[in-house]
Amino acid sequence: MSEKVLMKGNEAIAESAIRAGCLHYFGYPITPQTELAAYMAKRMPKIGGVFLQAESEIAAINMVYGVAATGKRVMTSSSSPGVSLKQEGISYIAGSDLPALIINVQRGGPGLGGIQPSQSDYFQATKGGGHGDYHLIVLAPDSVQEMADLTALCFDLADQYRMPAMLLADGTLGQMMEPVLLPEPSTSTVEKPWAVTGTQCKRPHNIVNSLYLKPEVLEKTNFDRFARYKQIEENEVKYESFMMEDAEYCVVAFGIAARVSKNAVIAARKEGIKVGMIRPITLWPFPKKPLREAAERVKGFLSVELSMGQMIEDVRLATDCRRPVKLCNRAGGMIVSPEEVLASIKSLGGDKS
Amino acid sequence: MTTQVLLAGFGGQGVLFAGKFLAYKGLFEGKQVSWLPSYGPEMRGGTANCSVILSDEPIGSPIVSNPDVLIAMNLPSLDKYESAVVPGGVILADSTLIERKVTRDDVTAFYVPATKMAKDIDAPTLANMILIGKFLREVGAVGYDNLEETLKKVISARHRDLLAINRGAIDAGYNFV
Repeated sequence: MSEKVLMKGNEAIAESAIRAGCLHYFGYPITPQTELAAYMAKRMPKIGGVFLQAESEIAAINMVYGVAATGKRVMTSSSSPGVSLKQEGISYIAGSDLPALIINVQRGGPGLGGIQPSQSDYFQATKGGGHGDYHLIVLAPDSVQEMADLTALCFDLADQYRMPAMLLADGTLGQMMEPVLLPEPSTSTVEKPWAVTGTQCKRPHNIVNSLYLKPEVLEKTNFDRFARYKQIEENEVKYESFMMEDAEYCVVAFGIAARVSKNAVIAARKEGIKVGMIRPITLWPFPKKPLREAAERVKGFLSVELSMGQMIEDVRLATDCRRPVKLCNRAGGMIVSPEEVLASIKSLGGDKS
Repeated sequence: MTTQVLLAGFGGQGVLFAGKFLAYKGLFEGKQVSWLPSYGPEMRGGTANCSVILSDEPIGSPIVSNPDVLIAMNLPSLDKYESAVVPGGVILADSTLIERKVTRDDVTAFYVPATKMAKDIDAPTLANMILIGKFLREVGAVGYDNLEETLKKVISARHRDLLAINRGAIDAGYNFV
Protein backbone atom coordinates (compact mmCIF):
# COMPACT_ATOMS: atom_id res chain seq x y z
CA MET A 1 0.00 0.00 0.00
CA SER A 2 2.82 2.36 -0.76
CA GLU A 3 1.25 3.91 -3.86
CA LYS A 4 -0.32 7.32 -3.71
CA VAL A 5 -3.81 7.55 -5.15
CA LEU A 6 -5.91 10.56 -6.03
CA MET A 7 -8.97 10.67 -3.84
CA LYS A 8 -11.60 13.12 -2.73
CA GLY A 9 -11.30 14.08 0.92
CA ASN A 10 -14.68 12.52 1.66
CA GLU A 11 -13.60 9.23 0.13
CA ALA A 12 -10.27 9.28 1.96
CA ILE A 13 -12.11 9.54 5.28
CA ALA A 14 -14.30 6.56 4.38
CA GLU A 15 -11.45 4.32 3.24
CA SER A 16 -9.31 5.28 6.22
CA ALA A 17 -12.18 4.49 8.60
CA ILE A 18 -12.59 1.04 7.07
CA ARG A 19 -8.85 0.42 7.43
CA ALA A 20 -9.13 1.53 11.05
CA GLY A 21 -11.52 -1.35 11.59
CA CYS A 22 -14.77 0.57 11.42
CA LEU A 23 -17.34 -1.86 10.05
CA HIS A 24 -20.42 0.08 11.11
CA TYR A 25 -21.58 3.26 9.43
CA PHE A 26 -24.87 5.06 9.94
CA GLY A 27 -25.77 8.26 8.19
CA TYR A 28 -28.16 10.38 6.25
CA PRO A 29 -27.16 12.11 3.02
CA ILE A 30 -26.28 15.79 2.90
CA THR A 31 -24.08 17.93 0.69
CA PRO A 32 -21.07 18.34 0.82
CA GLN A 33 -20.25 15.03 2.51
CA THR A 34 -22.37 12.68 0.39
CA GLU A 35 -19.40 10.94 -1.30
CA LEU A 36 -18.44 9.60 2.12
CA ALA A 37 -21.78 7.84 2.59
CA ALA A 38 -21.76 6.70 -1.04
CA TYR A 39 -18.31 5.14 -0.57
CA MET A 40 -19.49 3.32 2.53
CA ALA A 41 -22.61 2.10 0.74
CA LYS A 42 -20.44 0.59 -1.96
CA ARG A 43 -17.73 -0.91 0.23
CA MET A 44 -19.39 -2.08 3.45
CA PRO A 45 -21.49 -4.91 1.97
CA LYS A 46 -18.36 -6.31 0.30
CA ILE A 47 -16.37 -6.56 3.52
CA GLY A 48 -19.07 -7.81 5.84
CA GLY A 49 -19.73 -4.40 7.32
CA VAL A 50 -22.91 -2.45 7.87
CA PHE A 51 -23.95 0.60 5.89
CA LEU A 52 -27.29 1.91 6.96
CA GLN A 53 -28.99 5.00 5.65
CA ALA A 54 -31.15 5.92 8.60
CA GLU A 55 -34.46 7.75 8.43
CA SER A 56 -32.85 10.83 9.94
CA GLU A 57 -29.64 12.15 11.48
CA ILE A 58 -31.15 11.63 14.92
CA ALA A 59 -31.77 7.96 14.19
CA ALA A 60 -28.26 7.59 12.77
CA ILE A 61 -26.48 8.97 15.83
CA ASN A 62 -28.53 6.76 18.14
CA MET A 63 -27.54 3.73 16.06
CA VAL A 64 -23.96 4.87 16.55
CA TYR A 65 -24.67 5.03 20.29
CA GLY A 66 -25.89 1.44 20.23
CA VAL A 67 -22.91 0.01 18.36
CA ALA A 68 -20.47 2.09 20.44
CA ALA A 69 -21.87 0.39 23.56
CA THR A 70 -20.74 -2.96 22.15
CA GLY A 71 -17.17 -1.68 21.83
CA LYS A 72 -17.06 -1.86 18.02
CA ARG A 73 -15.60 0.97 16.03
CA VAL A 74 -18.47 3.00 14.60
CA MET A 75 -19.01 6.29 12.84
CA THR A 76 -21.47 8.69 11.32
CA SER A 77 -20.94 11.64 9.03
CA SER A 78 -22.90 14.69 8.09
CA SER A 79 -22.65 18.40 7.40
CA SER A 80 -23.54 21.32 9.63
CA PRO A 81 -27.39 21.21 9.83
CA GLY A 82 -27.26 17.43 10.14
CA VAL A 83 -24.63 17.60 12.88
CA SER A 84 -26.88 19.96 14.84
CA LEU A 85 -29.55 17.27 14.76
CA LYS A 86 -27.08 14.75 16.18
CA GLN A 87 -26.17 16.82 19.23
CA GLU A 88 -28.52 15.12 21.67
CA GLY A 89 -27.11 11.71 20.77
CA ILE A 90 -23.54 12.98 20.98
CA SER A 91 -24.20 14.26 24.49
CA TYR A 92 -25.55 10.82 25.47
CA ILE A 93 -22.50 9.09 23.98
CA ALA A 94 -20.21 11.47 25.89
CA GLY A 95 -22.26 10.94 29.06
CA SER A 96 -21.96 7.19 28.63
CA ASP A 97 -18.17 7.42 28.09
CA LEU A 98 -18.26 5.66 24.74
CA PRO A 99 -15.84 5.97 21.82
CA ALA A 100 -17.31 6.90 18.44
CA LEU A 101 -16.41 9.07 15.47
CA ILE A 102 -18.54 11.90 14.13
CA ILE A 103 -17.51 13.60 10.88
CA ASN A 104 -18.62 17.15 10.15
CA VAL A 105 -17.88 18.37 6.61
CA GLN A 106 -19.00 21.89 7.34
CA ARG A 107 -21.12 24.16 5.17
CA GLY A 108 -22.33 27.70 5.68
CA GLY A 109 -25.01 28.50 8.24
CA PRO A 110 -26.91 29.19 10.40
CA GLY A 111 -30.14 27.35 9.64
CA LEU A 112 -30.18 25.38 6.43
CA GLY A 113 -27.58 27.89 5.24
CA GLY A 114 -25.89 26.92 1.99
CA ILE A 115 -23.75 24.12 0.63
CA GLN A 116 -20.45 25.95 0.25
CA PRO A 117 -17.55 25.47 2.68
CA SER A 118 -17.48 27.04 6.12
CA GLN A 119 -15.85 26.75 9.54
CA SER A 120 -18.70 28.22 11.52
CA ASP A 121 -19.33 25.08 13.60
CA TYR A 122 -16.13 25.67 15.60
CA PHE A 123 -18.02 26.67 18.74
CA GLN A 124 -20.40 23.74 18.43
CA ALA A 125 -17.55 21.26 17.95
CA THR A 126 -15.15 22.53 20.61
CA LYS A 127 -17.40 23.85 23.36
CA GLY A 128 -19.73 20.91 23.77
CA GLY A 129 -22.50 21.27 21.24
CA GLY A 130 -25.06 19.28 23.14
CA HIS A 131 -26.19 19.75 26.73
CA GLY A 132 -24.10 19.08 29.81
CA ASP A 133 -20.40 19.33 30.64
CA TYR A 134 -18.42 17.44 28.04
CA HIS A 135 -15.87 17.73 25.29
CA LEU A 136 -15.17 15.96 22.07
CA ILE A 137 -11.68 15.37 20.81
CA VAL A 138 -11.77 17.58 17.71
CA LEU A 139 -9.26 17.17 14.91
CA ALA A 140 -9.04 19.55 11.95
CA PRO A 141 -7.37 18.25 8.76
CA ASP A 142 -5.99 20.63 6.15
CA SER A 143 -5.34 18.17 3.31
CA VAL A 144 -6.73 14.98 1.86
CA GLN A 145 -3.78 13.15 3.43
CA GLU A 146 -4.78 14.43 6.84
CA MET A 147 -8.42 13.56 6.17
CA ALA A 148 -7.16 9.96 6.06
CA ASP A 149 -4.52 10.14 8.80
CA LEU A 150 -6.63 12.02 11.33
CA THR A 151 -9.62 9.73 10.82
CA ALA A 152 -7.46 6.83 11.99
CA LEU A 153 -6.13 8.92 14.88
CA CYS A 154 -9.68 9.89 15.91
CA PHE A 155 -10.58 6.22 16.35
CA ASP A 156 -7.44 5.52 18.38
CA LEU A 157 -7.91 8.52 20.68
CA ALA A 158 -11.62 7.83 21.11
CA ASP A 159 -10.85 4.25 22.19
CA GLN A 160 -7.98 5.27 24.44
CA TYR A 161 -9.94 7.94 26.29
CA ARG A 162 -13.43 6.41 25.97
CA MET A 163 -15.04 9.44 24.43
CA PRO A 164 -16.47 10.56 21.10
CA ALA A 165 -14.13 12.24 18.64
CA MET A 166 -15.01 14.60 15.82
CA LEU A 167 -13.23 15.22 12.56
CA LEU A 168 -14.03 18.82 11.65
CA ALA A 169 -13.54 19.37 7.93
CA ASP A 170 -15.31 21.58 5.39
CA GLY A 171 -16.80 21.36 1.94
CA THR A 172 -13.56 22.21 0.16
CA LEU A 173 -11.56 19.48 1.85
CA GLY A 174 -14.40 17.03 1.32
CA GLN A 175 -14.69 17.75 -2.41
CA MET A 176 -11.08 18.27 -3.42
CA MET A 177 -8.77 15.54 -4.69
CA GLU A 178 -5.14 15.24 -3.74
CA PRO A 179 -2.67 12.36 -3.72
CA VAL A 180 -3.05 10.33 -0.56
CA LEU A 181 -1.09 7.49 0.95
CA LEU A 182 -3.73 5.47 2.73
CA PRO A 183 -2.90 4.28 6.23
CA GLU A 184 -2.12 0.65 6.96
CA PRO A 185 -4.95 -1.37 8.53
CA SER A 186 -5.22 -0.65 12.24
CA THR A 187 -3.65 -3.04 14.70
CA SER A 188 -5.07 -1.18 17.69
CA THR A 189 -5.97 -3.49 20.56
CA VAL A 190 -7.56 -1.37 23.24
CA GLU A 191 -9.21 -3.56 25.87
CA LYS A 192 -12.88 -2.71 26.30
CA PRO A 193 -13.97 -4.54 29.46
CA TRP A 194 -16.96 -2.18 29.68
CA ALA A 195 -18.47 -3.28 26.36
CA VAL A 196 -21.95 -4.75 26.28
CA THR A 197 -21.23 -8.03 24.52
CA GLY A 198 -23.20 -10.64 26.44
CA THR A 199 -22.02 -12.08 29.77
CA GLN A 200 -22.21 -15.75 28.78
CA CYS A 201 -23.03 -16.16 32.49
CA LYS A 202 -19.35 -15.61 33.25
CA ARG A 203 -19.30 -12.04 34.50
CA PRO A 204 -21.61 -9.41 35.96
CA HIS A 205 -23.66 -7.35 33.52
CA ASN A 206 -22.08 -4.32 31.90
CA ILE A 207 -24.46 -1.39 31.86
CA VAL A 208 -24.07 1.56 29.51
CA ASN A 209 -26.03 4.55 30.70
CA SER A 210 -25.94 8.31 31.03
CA LEU A 211 -28.67 8.65 33.67
CA TYR A 212 -27.58 9.26 37.26
CA LEU A 213 -30.37 10.51 39.48
CA LYS A 214 -28.21 10.94 42.57
CA PRO A 215 -26.41 14.26 42.15
CA GLU A 216 -23.35 13.20 44.15
CA VAL A 217 -22.91 10.21 41.82
CA LEU A 218 -23.45 12.33 38.70
CA GLU A 219 -21.00 14.90 40.02
CA LYS A 220 -18.39 12.18 40.41
CA THR A 221 -18.84 11.03 36.80
CA ASN A 222 -18.27 14.63 35.71
CA PHE A 223 -15.17 14.99 37.89
CA ASP A 224 -13.76 11.69 36.64
CA ARG A 225 -14.42 12.63 33.03
CA PHE A 226 -12.72 16.00 33.42
CA ALA A 227 -9.69 14.34 35.02
CA ARG A 228 -9.40 12.38 31.79
CA TYR A 229 -9.85 15.58 29.76
CA LYS A 230 -6.92 17.05 31.67
CA GLN A 231 -4.72 14.16 30.57
CA ILE A 232 -5.78 14.73 26.98
CA GLU A 233 -4.94 18.42 27.23
CA GLU A 234 -1.51 17.48 28.53
CA ASN A 235 -0.74 14.68 26.09
CA GLU A 236 -2.62 14.97 22.83
CA VAL A 237 -2.23 18.55 21.59
CA LYS A 238 -1.18 18.69 17.95
CA TYR A 239 -0.31 21.68 15.83
CA GLU A 240 1.89 22.73 12.94
CA SER A 241 4.35 25.56 13.34
CA PHE A 242 5.21 27.28 10.04
CA MET A 243 8.01 29.87 9.70
CA MET A 244 7.63 30.83 13.35
CA GLU A 245 11.35 30.80 14.29
CA ASP A 246 11.93 34.53 13.79
CA ALA A 247 8.31 35.59 13.39
CA GLU A 248 7.15 38.99 14.60
CA TYR A 249 3.55 38.28 13.67
CA CYS A 250 1.60 35.06 13.98
CA VAL A 251 -1.27 33.86 11.83
CA VAL A 252 -3.53 31.29 13.49
CA ALA A 253 -5.67 29.22 11.14
CA PHE A 254 -6.91 25.68 10.75
CA GLY A 255 -8.22 23.51 7.93
CA ILE A 256 -8.73 25.10 4.53
CA ALA A 257 -8.17 28.59 5.98
CA ALA A 258 -4.66 27.46 6.94
CA ARG A 259 -3.97 26.33 3.39
CA VAL A 260 -4.96 29.75 2.06
CA SER A 261 -3.05 31.49 4.84
CA LYS A 262 0.12 29.57 4.00
CA ASN A 263 0.16 31.22 0.56
CA ALA A 264 -0.25 34.61 2.23
CA VAL A 265 2.54 33.94 4.76
CA ILE A 266 4.92 32.95 1.95
CA ALA A 267 3.94 36.06 -0.04
CA ALA A 268 4.44 38.28 3.01
CA ARG A 269 7.88 36.76 3.65
CA LYS A 270 8.85 37.65 0.08
CA GLU A 271 8.00 41.24 0.95
CA GLY A 272 10.23 41.04 4.00
CA ILE A 273 7.49 40.74 6.61
CA LYS A 274 8.47 38.39 9.40
CA VAL A 275 5.29 36.41 9.80
CA GLY A 276 4.64 32.77 10.63
CA MET A 277 1.66 30.56 11.28
CA ILE A 278 0.49 28.24 14.00
CA ARG A 279 -2.04 25.76 12.67
CA PRO A 280 -4.03 23.95 15.35
CA ILE A 281 -4.55 20.31 14.32
CA THR A 282 -6.37 19.50 17.53
CA LEU A 283 -9.02 22.18 18.04
CA TRP A 284 -9.86 20.51 21.32
CA PRO A 285 -7.50 20.22 23.08
CA PHE A 286 -6.51 23.66 21.77
CA PRO A 287 -2.76 24.33 21.40
CA LYS A 288 -2.63 26.90 24.18
CA LYS A 289 1.03 26.46 25.09
CA PRO A 290 2.61 27.26 21.70
CA LEU A 291 0.35 30.31 21.39
CA ARG A 292 1.25 31.45 24.89
CA GLU A 293 4.93 31.06 24.03
CA ALA A 294 4.44 32.91 20.76
CA ALA A 295 2.78 35.78 22.64
CA GLU A 296 6.09 36.40 24.40
CA ARG A 297 7.84 36.97 21.10
CA VAL A 298 5.40 38.31 18.50
CA LYS A 299 3.77 41.71 18.24
CA GLY A 300 0.35 40.50 17.18
CA PHE A 301 -1.86 37.66 16.05
CA LEU A 302 -4.20 37.22 13.11
CA SER A 303 -6.98 34.65 13.36
CA VAL A 304 -8.05 33.57 9.87
CA GLU A 305 -11.43 31.85 9.84
CA LEU A 306 -14.36 31.01 7.61
CA SER A 307 -16.77 32.24 10.26
CA MET A 308 -17.62 35.49 11.99
CA GLY A 309 -14.75 34.83 14.39
CA GLN A 310 -15.00 31.84 16.72
CA MET A 311 -11.52 30.41 17.21
CA ILE A 312 -10.29 33.97 17.81
CA GLU A 313 -11.77 33.70 21.33
CA ASP A 314 -9.54 30.72 22.08
CA VAL A 315 -6.53 32.57 20.68
CA ARG A 316 -7.26 35.47 23.03
CA LEU A 317 -7.75 33.13 25.99
CA ALA A 318 -4.59 31.18 25.24
CA THR A 319 -2.53 34.36 25.04
CA ASP A 320 -4.28 36.12 27.95
CA CYS A 321 -4.89 39.01 25.51
CA ARG A 322 -1.26 40.00 25.92
CA ARG A 323 -0.99 40.93 22.23
CA PRO A 324 -3.61 42.27 19.85
CA VAL A 325 -5.54 39.55 18.01
CA LYS A 326 -7.21 40.62 14.78
CA LEU A 327 -9.66 38.72 12.62
CA CYS A 328 -9.50 38.02 8.89
CA ASN A 329 -12.63 36.22 7.83
CA ARG A 330 -15.28 35.38 5.28
CA ALA A 331 -18.55 33.67 6.08
CA GLY A 332 -21.58 31.96 4.63
CA GLY A 333 -19.65 29.74 2.22
CA MET A 334 -17.23 32.36 0.91
CA ILE A 335 -13.54 31.50 1.14
CA VAL A 336 -10.95 34.02 2.22
CA SER A 337 -8.36 34.71 -0.50
CA PRO A 338 -4.57 34.80 -0.04
CA GLU A 339 -4.69 38.50 -1.00
CA GLU A 340 -7.18 39.26 1.78
CA VAL A 341 -5.03 37.43 4.31
CA LEU A 342 -1.91 39.24 3.08
CA ALA A 343 -3.65 42.60 3.43
CA SER A 344 -4.68 41.68 6.97
CA ILE A 345 -1.13 40.61 7.82
CA LYS A 346 0.06 44.03 6.63
CA SER A 347 -2.60 45.73 8.72
CA LEU A 348 -0.96 44.19 11.79
CA GLY A 349 1.90 46.60 11.12
CA GLY A 350 4.14 44.11 9.35
CA ASP A 351 4.64 46.19 6.23
CA LYS A 352 7.05 48.48 8.07
CA SER A 353 9.64 45.76 8.66
CA MET B 1 7.41 25.67 -11.01
CA THR B 2 3.67 25.87 -10.35
CA THR B 3 0.93 25.84 -12.97
CA GLN B 4 -2.55 26.84 -11.92
CA VAL B 5 -5.25 25.70 -14.31
CA LEU B 6 -8.90 26.65 -14.39
CA LEU B 7 -11.21 24.55 -16.55
CA ALA B 8 -14.70 25.92 -17.11
CA GLY B 9 -17.73 25.06 -19.18
CA PHE B 10 -21.28 23.76 -19.08
CA GLY B 11 -22.13 20.86 -16.79
CA GLY B 12 -21.76 17.71 -18.88
CA GLN B 13 -18.88 18.91 -21.06
CA GLY B 14 -16.41 16.88 -19.03
CA VAL B 15 -14.64 19.74 -17.30
CA LEU B 16 -14.13 17.75 -14.10
CA PHE B 17 -12.99 14.67 -16.03
CA ALA B 18 -10.43 16.67 -18.01
CA GLY B 19 -9.18 18.22 -14.77
CA LYS B 20 -8.85 14.81 -13.22
CA PHE B 21 -6.78 13.67 -16.19
CA LEU B 22 -4.36 16.58 -15.69
CA ALA B 23 -4.14 15.87 -11.96
CA TYR B 24 -3.37 12.18 -12.48
CA LYS B 25 -0.85 13.02 -15.20
CA GLY B 26 0.90 15.30 -12.72
CA LEU B 27 0.79 12.64 -10.02
CA PHE B 28 2.46 10.12 -12.36
CA GLU B 29 5.20 12.64 -13.03
CA GLY B 30 5.88 13.01 -9.33
CA LYS B 31 4.36 16.44 -9.03
CA GLN B 32 2.27 17.83 -6.20
CA VAL B 33 -1.28 18.15 -7.45
CA SER B 34 -4.67 19.32 -6.30
CA TRP B 35 -8.10 19.14 -7.96
CA LEU B 36 -11.02 21.13 -6.69
CA PRO B 37 -14.43 21.09 -8.38
CA SER B 38 -17.22 23.56 -8.08
CA TYR B 39 -20.01 21.56 -6.55
CA GLY B 40 -23.71 21.90 -6.06
CA PRO B 41 -26.62 22.79 -8.31
CA GLU B 42 -24.41 24.12 -11.09
CA MET B 43 -23.13 20.60 -11.72
CA ARG B 44 -26.23 19.80 -13.78
CA GLY B 45 -26.50 21.91 -16.89
CA GLY B 46 -25.24 25.16 -15.43
CA THR B 47 -21.64 26.31 -15.40
CA ALA B 48 -19.09 23.92 -13.96
CA ASN B 49 -15.51 24.66 -13.19
CA CYS B 50 -12.54 22.93 -11.75
CA SER B 51 -9.24 24.15 -10.30
CA VAL B 52 -6.15 22.04 -10.92
CA ILE B 53 -2.72 22.90 -9.57
CA LEU B 54 0.43 21.16 -10.78
CA SER B 55 3.54 22.03 -8.81
CA ASP B 56 7.03 20.98 -7.83
CA GLU B 57 6.41 22.34 -4.34
CA PRO B 58 3.77 21.63 -1.69
CA ILE B 59 0.50 23.28 -2.67
CA GLY B 60 -1.01 25.87 -0.36
CA SER B 61 -4.48 26.98 -1.29
CA PRO B 62 -6.14 24.60 -3.78
CA ILE B 63 -8.37 27.42 -5.02
CA VAL B 64 -7.37 28.91 -8.36
CA SER B 65 -8.59 32.48 -8.65
CA ASN B 66 -5.92 33.75 -11.05
CA PRO B 67 -5.09 30.90 -13.41
CA ASP B 68 -1.93 30.55 -15.46
CA VAL B 69 -4.05 28.61 -17.92
CA LEU B 70 -7.77 28.96 -18.60
CA ILE B 71 -9.52 26.24 -20.56
CA ALA B 72 -12.80 27.85 -21.59
CA MET B 73 -15.38 25.49 -23.08
CA ASN B 74 -18.19 28.01 -23.51
CA LEU B 75 -18.77 31.74 -23.83
CA PRO B 76 -19.99 32.39 -20.25
CA SER B 77 -16.75 30.84 -18.97
CA LEU B 78 -14.58 33.04 -21.15
CA ASP B 79 -16.63 36.11 -20.21
CA LYS B 80 -16.32 35.29 -16.54
CA TYR B 81 -12.67 34.28 -16.27
CA GLU B 82 -10.80 36.05 -19.09
CA SER B 83 -9.88 38.95 -16.86
CA ALA B 84 -8.71 36.64 -14.07
CA VAL B 85 -5.91 35.02 -16.09
CA VAL B 86 -2.45 36.18 -15.02
CA PRO B 87 -0.59 38.44 -17.47
CA GLY B 88 1.49 36.20 -19.70
CA GLY B 89 -0.95 33.34 -19.16
CA VAL B 90 -2.63 31.08 -21.67
CA ILE B 91 -6.26 30.79 -22.73
CA LEU B 92 -7.47 27.72 -24.61
CA ALA B 93 -10.92 28.28 -26.06
CA ASP B 94 -13.38 25.97 -27.81
CA SER B 95 -13.94 28.12 -30.90
CA THR B 96 -16.92 26.04 -32.05
CA LEU B 97 -18.92 27.37 -29.12
CA ILE B 98 -17.12 30.66 -28.51
CA GLU B 99 -17.43 32.98 -31.47
CA ARG B 100 -15.55 35.93 -30.05
CA LYS B 101 -11.82 36.33 -29.66
CA VAL B 102 -9.94 36.95 -26.45
CA THR B 103 -9.79 40.72 -25.98
CA ARG B 104 -6.61 40.90 -23.90
CA ASP B 105 -3.24 41.25 -25.59
CA ASP B 106 -1.14 40.23 -22.59
CA VAL B 107 -2.13 36.57 -22.76
CA THR B 108 -1.60 33.91 -25.41
CA ALA B 109 -4.83 32.58 -26.86
CA PHE B 110 -5.35 29.35 -28.76
CA TYR B 111 -8.62 28.71 -30.56
CA VAL B 112 -9.49 25.08 -31.09
CA PRO B 113 -12.80 24.11 -32.72
CA ALA B 114 -12.94 21.27 -30.25
CA THR B 115 -16.66 20.52 -30.38
CA LYS B 116 -16.59 20.29 -34.19
CA MET B 117 -13.39 18.23 -34.17
CA ALA B 118 -14.91 15.86 -31.64
CA LYS B 119 -17.90 15.30 -33.91
CA ASP B 120 -15.57 14.74 -36.86
CA ILE B 121 -13.75 11.92 -35.11
CA ASP B 122 -17.07 10.45 -34.00
CA ALA B 123 -16.46 11.30 -30.35
CA PRO B 124 -18.96 14.13 -29.79
CA THR B 125 -18.51 14.18 -26.00
CA LEU B 126 -14.74 14.50 -26.06
CA ALA B 127 -14.17 18.16 -26.88
CA ASN B 128 -12.68 18.30 -23.40
CA MET B 129 -9.91 15.84 -24.24
CA ILE B 130 -9.17 17.60 -27.53
CA LEU B 131 -8.49 20.75 -25.52
CA ILE B 132 -6.35 18.67 -23.16
CA GLY B 133 -4.31 17.57 -26.19
CA LYS B 134 -3.75 21.20 -27.12
CA PHE B 135 -2.83 21.93 -23.50
CA LEU B 136 -0.16 19.21 -23.60
CA ARG B 137 1.40 20.77 -26.70
CA GLU B 138 1.19 24.47 -25.81
CA VAL B 139 1.51 24.55 -22.03
CA GLY B 140 3.62 21.50 -21.37
CA ALA B 141 3.22 21.54 -17.59
CA VAL B 142 2.84 17.79 -17.99
CA GLY B 143 4.19 15.61 -20.77
CA TYR B 144 2.67 14.03 -23.87
CA ASP B 145 3.54 10.51 -22.76
CA ASN B 146 2.09 7.61 -20.75
CA LEU B 147 -1.36 8.72 -21.85
CA GLU B 148 -2.91 5.24 -21.65
CA GLU B 149 -1.57 4.74 -18.14
CA THR B 150 -3.19 8.01 -17.05
CA LEU B 151 -6.45 7.36 -18.87
CA LYS B 152 -6.74 3.99 -17.13
CA LYS B 153 -6.86 5.86 -13.82
CA VAL B 154 -9.54 8.32 -14.82
CA ILE B 155 -11.78 6.06 -16.91
CA SER B 156 -13.66 3.63 -14.70
CA ALA B 157 -13.13 -0.09 -15.37
CA ARG B 158 -16.55 -0.58 -16.90
CA HIS B 159 -15.88 2.11 -19.50
CA ARG B 160 -12.45 0.79 -20.44
CA ASP B 161 -13.65 0.42 -24.04
CA LEU B 162 -13.59 4.22 -24.27
CA LEU B 163 -9.86 4.42 -23.68
CA ALA B 164 -8.83 4.36 -27.33
CA ILE B 165 -11.26 7.08 -28.35
CA ASN B 166 -10.07 9.32 -25.50
CA ARG B 167 -6.52 8.75 -26.65
CA GLY B 168 -7.61 9.65 -30.19
CA ALA B 169 -9.16 12.90 -28.98
CA ILE B 170 -6.01 13.90 -27.10
CA ASP B 171 -3.93 13.18 -30.22
CA ALA B 172 -6.30 15.20 -32.41
CA GLY B 173 -5.97 18.20 -30.09
CA TYR B 174 -2.21 17.79 -29.80
CA ASN B 175 -1.78 17.70 -33.57
CA PHE B 176 -4.18 20.56 -34.32
CA VAL B 177 -2.46 23.62 -35.72
